[in-house]
Amino acid sequence: MIPADLRLRLVAAVLLVLAASQLAHLGPAMAALALALLLALAARPDRALWRRLRHVEGFVALLLLTLPFAVPGAPLLTLGPLSASLEGLSRAALLAAKVTTAALVLLALLGTVEPIRLGAALHALRLPEPLVRLFVLTLRYLGLIGDEARRLREAMRARAFRARTDRHTWRSFGNLIGMLLVRALDRARRVEEAMRLRGFSGRFPHAALAAPTARDWTGFALLTGLAAAALLLDRL
Amino acid sequence: MAHIPDGILAAPVLIGGAVLAAGGVALALRQIDDRAIIRTAILSATFFAGSLISVPVGPSSVHLLLAGLMGVMLGSGAFLSVLVGLVLQALLFGFGGLTTLGVNTVNIALPGVLLGLALGPTIRRTTRPGLRAGLAALVGALSVLGTGGLVAACLALSSPAYAPVASVLLATYLPLALVEAAITAAVVGFLARVEPDALRPAA
Repeated sequence: MIPADLRLRLVAAVLLVLAASQLAHLGPAMAALALALLLALAARPDRALWRRLRHVEGFVALLLLTLPFAVPGAPLLTLGPLSASLEGLSRAALLAAKVTTAALVLLALLGTVEPIRLGAALHALRLPEPLVRLFVLTLRYLGLIGDEARRLREAMRARAFRARTDRHTWRSFGNLIGMLLVRALDRARRVEEAMRLRGFSGRFPHAALAAPTARDWTGFALLTGLAAAALLLDRL
Repeated sequence: MAHIPDGILAAPVLIGGAVLAAGGVALALRQIDDRAIIRTAILSATFFAGSLISVPVGPSSVHLLLAGLMGVMLGSGAFLSVLVGLVLQALLFGFGGLTTLGVNTVNIALPGVLLGLALGPTIRRTTRPGLRAGLAALVGALSVLGTGGLVAACLALSSPAYAPVASVLLATYLPLALVEAAITAAVVGFLARVEPDALRPAA
């Protein structure tokens, strides 16, 4: 059901999340959540990916906790001067369903994609070429610079550095980031020289991607059809 | 705390954010020299790595945004750096969202770019380390507070029921602003001593 073609998968992910974020009623949102859960199960992500769902931002949790009290309506539960309304509770449930649906869709459609393959797909989708080049290069150097950061942190630990809430910690982290930036600039100069030496003309060659198969189109049509149906159900 | 996930904001806010972000990115792409892309990319990777450091604040900890520093070092290129960083966060960690990419890019990058424009020239020109550190701290603190203000505004504009959370949210940005001020001042001081050219957007 999930298209194997990365271009269609990206477009489907954007459309599905867009549709989920615009649902306004609890029923359709719950249906969308159930479908998204099925989709995520079908994609068979490993356990590390499921763990991503636990990353709920602090303010979203706060939003879910305060909404029952902030929306006026029939009181359900009174805590001193505060009263939770039924309407507020259903707003909070709607919000939780939508946020989870969107996270599940991303997990199912893009969770297992290797980011470096996205460069070709983004290029094929006609994103501005410099932006795609920037994305691919950033991704390429992220691993290297992450390793460099880890070595510097290890060296700091070897000299008995412990992060605390004080000015010494902040100055040390400032020096760490400054050092990473200086090395990054050196690396950028070397990389640029090496690329020009090898005749880089300002464009990466991108292999043409194979056209999506009929199966890919069917999956794409099915997914976007379901999203459209959920949105239609919501508006009626 | 700066990444708003999918499914919370109202459509007009999402569209407004996307339009503003597209404008910022288009401006940055127009201004960037083709050869500066490599520098911007490797610096973006470094800012990304830097924002993964967790800095303890009392019993809790915060992650840096580094947007003020990006504004000083990259100018309008900070829009590109933030956008790429957010896409990577969504893909690698499932943080943030797709429909909110525009809003989040504007929330994080815009204060940094504006502060870099306003205070960057003096930070580069001054020979007094104290003034430089003070201005860099100001860039760090104000960029974080600007981001906090924009996130709160996005929530409050989306629904009146979000207003209580929006005001609580602003208070949670205060410790981050303090840490970001101290660290931005330290980074800028380090770069001014070691490699002053690094503080110029298109070196």
